Amino acid sequence: MAEVALRKVVKRYDDVEAVRGIDLDISDHEFIVLVGPSGCGKSTTLRMIAGLEDITDGDIMIGGDVVNDVPPKDRDIAMVFQNYALYPHMTVAENMSFGLRLKHYPKAEIKARVTEAARLLDITDLIDRKPKQLSGGQRQRVAMGRAIVRNPKVFLFDEPLSNLDAKLRVQMRIEIKKVHQKVRTTTVYVTHDQVEAMTLADRVVVMNKGRIEQIGTPNELYHKPATRFVAGFIGSPAMNFIPCRLEEVGGKLNVRLTDRISFPLPPARAARYSALPRTENLLLGIRPEHLTESHAHLEPGVETFDTVLDVTEPMGMETLVYFGLEGTPICGRVDPNAGAKDGGPMRLAMDLNNMHLLNEATGVVL
Amino acid sequence: MADVVVEQGRLARAARPRKRASLRNAMGRKSTVAFFLTLPLILLIALLVLYPAFYSVYLATLNKAMTKFVGLSNFTFLFKRETFWMVVRQSCIFAVTAVVFKALIGFIVAHFVHNIPGKKQRKWRGMLLVPWVIPPAMSTLAWLWLFDPSYSAFNYTLSFFGIGPIPWLGDTFWARFSVILVNVWYGAPFFLIMYLAALKSVPDQLYEAAAIDGANWWQKIWHITLPMMRNIIAITTLFSLIVTFANFDIVRILTSGGPLDRTHLFATWAFQVGIQSSDIPLGACVSLFMVPILAVAAVFILRDVNKRGNEA
Repeated sequence: MAEVALRKVVKRYDDVEAVRGIDLDISDHEFIVLVGPSGCGKSTTLRMIAGLEDITDGDIMIGGDVVNDVPPKDRDIAMVFQNYALYPHMTVAENMSFGLRLKHYPKAEIKARVTEAARLLDITDLIDRKPKQLSGGQRQRVAMGRAIVRNPKVFLFDEPLSNLDAKLRVQMRIEIKKVHQKVRTTTVYVTHDQVEAMTLADRVVVMNKGRIEQIGTPNELYHKPATRFVAGFIGSPAMNFIPCRLEEVGGKLNVRLTDRISFPLPPARAARYSALPRTENLLLGIRPEHLTESHAHLEPGVETFDTVLDVTEPMGMETLVYFGLEGTPICGRVDPNAGAKDGGPMRLAMDLNNMHLLNEATGVVL
Repeated sequence: MADVVVEQGRLARAARPRKRASLRNAMGRKSTVAFFLTLPLILLIALLVLYPAFYSVYLATLNKAMTKFVGLSNFTFLFKRETFWMVVRQSCIFAVTAVVFKALIGFIVAHFVHNIPGKKQRKWRGMLLVPWVIPPAMSTLAWLWLFDPSYSAFNYTLSFFGIGPIPWLGDTFWARFSVILVNVWYGAPFFLIMYLAALKSVPDQLYEAAAIDGANWWQKIWHITLPMMRNIIAITTLFSLIVTFANFDIVRILTSGGPLDRTHLFATWAFQVGIQSSDIPLGACVSLFMVPILAVAAVFILRDVNKRGNEA
């Protein structure tokens, strides 16, 4: 097991820069998830750590050694691929033991390791089958087994769950977490699914356009996003962004959303934003769960307004309501019994204690 | 390649009688329509393959003047002739050596071509296919000139190195060598193109997984490429074995079976015995000997394909 470090890593394909100078420190035993939309450079970064792609510039270190020019086979890593990449002509046991056999491990040890990994992943009964005879989830387990038996310094996962159906994905997600709790190998996991990222990671690395937007624990990213991209990417349904301006009303700092709607900021927020210029174009970031139905007794900092709903989506435990605010589409989450109807009027409450204020031009959270 | 098509037809036809048995039950089904649509082709194949096949069996049982039924005496006569056994040996040596080299060269070149990027690859593919596209009767004539003992390019070039002149077509060893060389030159592109297609169908991620598992280039070929290409290798080998075993034109043009029958194959010897020596029953008899030998090879190879077919 080992720590992994990336120093100013760049990957250029002819005239396209896929990864633009990434710095990342992954400590021993840590579960890191690289997340971002397709084309953000996350898979390229993973493949560079694996040694499957050359790096154009910078350094990659595994266990303190620079591995820039070390071929994959000598990096002591294991990788789980999106389509599993199981060898179709080998049985499950042969697939799992392939790496060990190439390294001429003693037969008894190979058998012991394969048996142990199969037990851990609950695939003992499948050990003599060929990949074709397995379901998607089972193949996924075998691919993980192949990684585990090698006992490598680092596990690399490249979107391992995206070929599974939704139900199985949730199940395997938990499975991966369990395995990591038992085999505490440093793990780098790539996904485009923010739920996977949030649920699995010790720390999440959000990437966009070849750069790292933010690194942090799932909670940090959710509650203290650094940029508009992170704020919008993490969380589902996504955070609402409403164009707004700050203004002084009777000595108090207000945020004006529309001609009609202007809310006084809670004292803590007012103090934080008081130095901002009043003329600047800002965005109010508010998550759907902080836009709920109005109650008789409102907490301080919660402000109400009336609107007409466009569409409602009953989800069971909650109902998502969609409406427009001067052309900006907004999503809120209300109680299923709050009486939300398609096209119906509704009084909603916005919890400004959980608001974010962003610079519209730069996208930076203020 | 025409031979291959005929062989495919023969294989397809083998499955027909069963279909015909259930034809009445299947009336009105889509497969019935399909059967009638393919019927003209089936009849054509029957006419061009079945009729000559049975006719040659009939011919093989006649005397030289084709006036009398002599049973199997043509066959027993052949068994006693030394030349016949020499032709059997030569055909086997010719076919096996040529196919092995064609496969080997095709495999190696396919790897090179596979690693050439994009547009250039298309050019190379086209150029490398040329030997296979030229009618062998014509290209072999060119080889015949190259092999000429006194005025040829080969011996002229070799003379600069103090070698030769080599009697390319006059000496047993060199004549066999030359005949096999030309056959390999002509047939290797077929293997190349089949193997190239097979290589392209192996997912890159298998190689990546193997690289991470610690495989070097040779281990990747041995543990990934070869097993993944197994079926293609088996089928191309079978087809090529059949076509090469039954080769006629190259030997006919280069050596006509000489020197002293030392390069005769079944087809060329059957031609010499049957047509040139006017003993058609004996010629038919010779050519019929190819059937059991090829059938055994086909059974072995296809059995392996069926066994492996369910994996990938």
